[in-house]
Amino acid sequence: MMDAAIPKTVPKRSRLTSGRTSEAFMAWIFSAPAIILLIVFLVIPFIMAIGLAFTDQRLIPNPNLPTQFVGLRNFVRMFADEAFRRGLLNNFYFVIVVVPVQTALALFLAILINQKLRGMNFYRTIYFAPVVTSMVVVAIVWTFLYNQDGLINSFLSAISFGALGPYDWLRNTKLVFPAIMVLSIWQGAGFQMVIYLAGLQEIPTDLYEAADVDGANKIQQFFYVTWPQLRNTTIFVVLATTILAFKLFDQVKVMTNGGPQNASMTTMLYVIEQGWGQLKVGYASAVSVVFFLIVLVVSLLQRRFLREERQVE
Amino acid sequence: MAATTSAPPTGYGLRKRIREWITYLAMSALAIFFLFPIVFMLVSSVKNSETQVLADMSNLYAFVPRGDLGLQNYRDVFGQLEFGRLVVNSTFIMVLTVLVGLLVNSLIAYALARLRFKGRDFLLGIVVALIIVPFEAVAVPLLLLVNRLPWFGGASTWLDSYQVQIIPFIADAFSIFLFYQFFINIPKDLEEAALVDGASLFRIYWNIILPLSRPIFATVAILQALAAWNRFMWPLMVTRGIAARPLTVGMQSFFGQDPRLWGDLMAFASMITIPVLIIFLLFQKWFVQSVASTGIKG
Repeated sequence: MMDAAIPKTVPKRSRLTSGRTSEAFMAWIFSAPAIILLIVFLVIPFIMAIGLAFTDQRLIPNPNLPTQFVGLRNFVRMFADEAFRRGLLNNFYFVIVVVPVQTALALFLAILINQKLRGMNFYRTIYFAPVVTSMVVVAIVWTFLYNQDGLINSFLSAISFGALGPYDWLRNTKLVFPAIMVLSIWQGAGFQMVIYLAGLQEIPTDLYEAADVDGANKIQQFFYVTWPQLRNTTIFVVLATTILAFKLFDQVKVMTNGGPQNASMTTMLYVIEQGWGQLKVGYASAVSVVFFLIVLVVSLLQRRFLREERQVE
Repeated sequence: MAATTSAPPTGYGLRKRIREWITYLAMSALAIFFLFPIVFMLVSSVKNSETQVLADMSNLYAFVPRGDLGLQNYRDVFGQLEFGRLVVNSTFIMVLTVLVGLLVNSLIAYALARLRFKGRDFLLGIVVALIIVPFEAVAVPLLLLVNRLPWFGGASTWLDSYQVQIIPFIADAFSIFLFYQFFINIPKDLEEAALVDGASLFRIYWNIILPLSRPIFATVAILQALAAWNRFMWPLMVTRGIAARPLTVGMQSFFGQDPRLWGDLMAFASMITIPVLIIFLLFQKWFVQSVASTGIKG
């Protein structure tokens, strides 16, 4: 339109400036599909979650009982519910045990396969294989292994000369959650191992050479070179594993569905049980909001720590 | 090996060799730990007799293919339920999610990394912020949303459909971020030359950026494909029957049926796992690189 109004005598605008407007236009065209999808399937449901958390919305509304604003009732009920508290506590329990154990194991594996020895690729492949195995498959295979007459019981019995077991792992309220932790570590360690491996390979070799000259042994080198150099990687691994711990769902759903007596309940299992199982969308949204706030705190901690580190450098 | 070392082992060389042996011993013990459930699954799946599977489950024979071996369990799985249907569903959902996702996410990333427009920094900020929002936090309200979403052909709900398992997962903030980080590090010279030649922006994206970005496309494709193939919670919520159900949910429902036939279950589990394991073995380097690249997040 504007172009048409400009007298013909004015030289045509350079390609650069006319390109600028069409560049902006094309940028929005390129971005539009992703923006629309993110809004419809992430932003809107997210805003809905916050709004619904204060209502008694059901998945299939009862025409005689219109959805109502219920204030903080959902939040009060949630924290009064034994199952929810159990689920939340289990998530923290999982974080406290699995995060350090899995991180340490992953670092140990990474250091082992980072050596310049033959066959390292072979071992790396093996340690990583569980990562590409579907969690549903993992859960079912391990249920078989945890059978009362299964391999794990006979292994424990063999190494303890019959003193231990047999245990009914998945029906024992004290053992069920540790049993689930073990297979989660088994499945996840390879992932963290690869991230650590990338971190290890970024450490400049002259640091080790200098340490060698100074007469530091391998253990000293680990504590004075490797560990400080891996600080960022460790922060990332620890906090990413923490977030995954709060998302814990698949293996628990398949193996125990939260039982026995909520002993293996988790926050996400509770959300799905309430929102999908019992159709209480409003209430489940309130739990989702609490879940999100926890993940948010962990994510912000992660970004903060990593940023601080960058400023120091 | 000893033949290649001409000098007799000195104190240092001997200690080095002992350390190597200890390393290999530790690594092999760990390898057994990471491998035994997979071997157990594969071996059990080819034992035709359920009695045999149960008799061997508590001892080392669990890892020995013995007795009546064959593919009977695999045939049972194919025969009893619409296993083929589950495979088709899972494959279709995965392929479409990954392919469309690559296009959509890389296009916006290209705009963010290369094009100048008002609101770019704001948009980038939003994308980075959205990485924090986990799908799990929006699953329940999204269920309410898709339950009453119309679709072509007059359908009034997205439940039991393919699109409900594909469309919500196409745009992914983290994939966009990975593409963005890769694109900003590509030298601009080639594009500028093309611009002078009058190439359109889409042509530049297609003919210059794409060929230079194969590694990041592979990375995102692998991460998205694994996530799609193994996705469980959402398809569990949105598929009530076999029509659009993926393998993971089919496997869980098969697992819930009585009586539990472990031979069949292990065959089912093997059939989900073997294709992924083969692809993993073929493209190992890419898999490892994909996972390593998630570490730069933040």
